Formats: sequence, C-alpha cells, structure tokens
Amino acid sequence: MAKIKGSIVVNIERCKGCGVCVPSCPTTVIALADEVNGKGYHYAYMANPETCIGCANCALVCPDAVITVYKMKVNE
Amino acid sequence: MAENSINKDIVKEENLVFKKTGLFTDKPLSYCPGCGHGTAHRLVLETIEEMGIQSETIGIAPVGCSVLAYEFMDIDMQQAAHGRAPALATAIKRLYPEKFVFTYQGDGDLAAIGTAETIHACNRGENITIIFINNGIYGMTGGQMAPTTLPGMKSSTSPYGRDIQSMGNPLKITELVAQLPGTYFVSRQAVHTPAAVRKAKKAIKTAFENQKLKKGLSFVEIVSNCNSGWKMEPVQANQWMVDNMFPFYPLGDIKVPAEQ
Repeated sequence: MAKIKGSIVVNIERCKGCGVCVPSCPTTVIALADEVNGKGYHYAYMANPETCIGCANCALVCPDAVITVYKMKVNE
Repeated sequence: MAENSINKDIVKEENLVFKKTGLFTDKPLSYCPGCGHGTAHRLVLETIEEMGIQSETIGIAPVGCSVLAYEFMDIDMQQAAHGRAPALATAIKRLYPEKFVFTYQGDGDLAAIGTAETIHACNRGENITIIFINNGIYGMTGGQMAPTTLPGMKSSTSPYGRDIQSMGNPLKITELVAQLPGTYFVSRQAVHTPAAVRKAKKAIKTAFENQKLKKGLSFVEIVSNCNSGWKMEPVQANQWMVDNMFPFYPLGDIKVPAEQ
C-alpha cells in the first residue's frame, strides 16, 4: 500500500521556540529541543520523524515561517 | 540532533509542500515568540504572491508592534502617523486607483487613536483593504489597557482587571464598521490553529479580490494573542484567547455581500 511520508526542515537559527507548532501536529512529530540556538531559544525539531505525514499544519501556524515541509508517496 | 533527523530521500525540491513565501525579506521578524503578527504577515504576503500583484501593491504600516512591517514585507510600503493609516491609504488609492492598497493596523492604532479615520474611511467606502490585528492590549508599549481590552482583563494600567464602571466598555469596532454602508466585506478571523489560518487566508484573499472588483472597503479583523502583554506562554495564551477572547469577539464573517 502506498503511504505518505513527510519531513520538515526547521530553520533553527530563526526559530523562537514558541511551541505553537507542537500541539498543531496531528502525529506528535515535533518537540522542542533540549539544546538552544544562537539566540537561546529551544528550537523545534522532529522528535518522531517516522510518523510525519507532511500535512504542513506546523508550517501554517508557525509565526516566523521557519518550517519547510516536504512529502512523498512511498510503496511499502 | 536536529540535522540527523532530516530524511534525505524526502527532502527534495520536487517533494516540497510548503515553504516560506518569497515576499518576506531576509530580516528576522521582531515580534515576540508565538505572536500572531508573523502569521498574519505571512497570510497577507502569500495572498499577494498568489495574486501576482507584488509590484502593484502598496501597504501602509501602522504605529505599534507592527510599525516595522515595511522591513519584513518585500513590497512598496508607507508608514503612517499613529492611527492615520486609513487616511493615507485613501490618498494613495485615489492617486493610484489601479494599485492594491492595504493597511495593516493593531487595535491601539485602529480602534483608539485612529477611530475617526477608520470610521470615516469605512463610511466613505474607499476601495481599500484594512487588516486589523486585535490582541486586546497595547503590546509594544508594555501591555497597557486598550479600547478592546475585555471586561475584567488585567493589563499594566488595569492591574485589578478592567472595571466597566470606571474604564468603560470594550469597543467592538468590527461590528461597528459593519453597520456602515461603505463597507463591502467585514470578517473576523484568528490564526491560532491550522484550520483558523486557512479560514483567515481565505478572508484576506477575498478582501484583496474585492479591491480588484472595485467593490468598496474590505475589513478583516484577526483576533490574536499577545503572550508578552498577557504574561503567558504562547500556547497558553492561545488557549486563553479561545476561552476568553472568542466569546466576546466571535469568529466568522460579519458582513458578506448579497449573492448576485
């Protein structure tokens, strides 16, 4: 069966760690990192990359537009 | 850690679903983490990009948190004196009737010092678009009480909560301008969830398309959070907004043109 797999790329240095993307993710992919970026913010990253479906919900709510979303069909 | 989680098979140009619109400049947004202004900026810019009117659009920046909007939007912009954005937009639209003119204003700018300009521009039915960001507080100057502050809501100048007896009632300016004959499309939206963002984008797009059809003034309010002013974390502030702001400022279209 074809399956949709997605992935996000976060612009780490521009992320302000507001965490608005975290509850918007339907498959709980995103979490805030323990590390901080250059400005001292706990940036968003993919904690569970295998469950990402590329729905772009996180990118839609991101106030700083730091998330880029990709998705593709894979045949299992 | 974050770099390791990027899947090189998926992250390719042909699989791109969403990326930051090219109409943003390279400057980092000056807003607090989680502020709705960034999302509202993006929706306006995405609309302009989709309509292909980058070179025909003139925006008016207000005074307030979004005073530097012209630094972030890669379009022609003017910055107006406090509250005078609709007056400036009127002048620009009358000089260049074929351009798309919009104002981007906060509640301190539009609903307090600029009330007269707003109401008269709406009443005259100028063919412009007004984007109104309502967070119920003066965010830039330190969280003072605004005309849109809710009853009982704490701010730095109403530390025990807004008392209606002494401080008056909040102003629902969006409902007010919807009563005026000059407004063509009036809507209230939010940008806190993906569904709300999609609806807000649709409303903003309608507002710009009305301008193309020379229908009159389109007014889109976006109820937003001000987590710094409200002294909350961004996610918590969004929840507070849902629980407290939305019952007073219900979302949805307030004035829609009758079907042709």
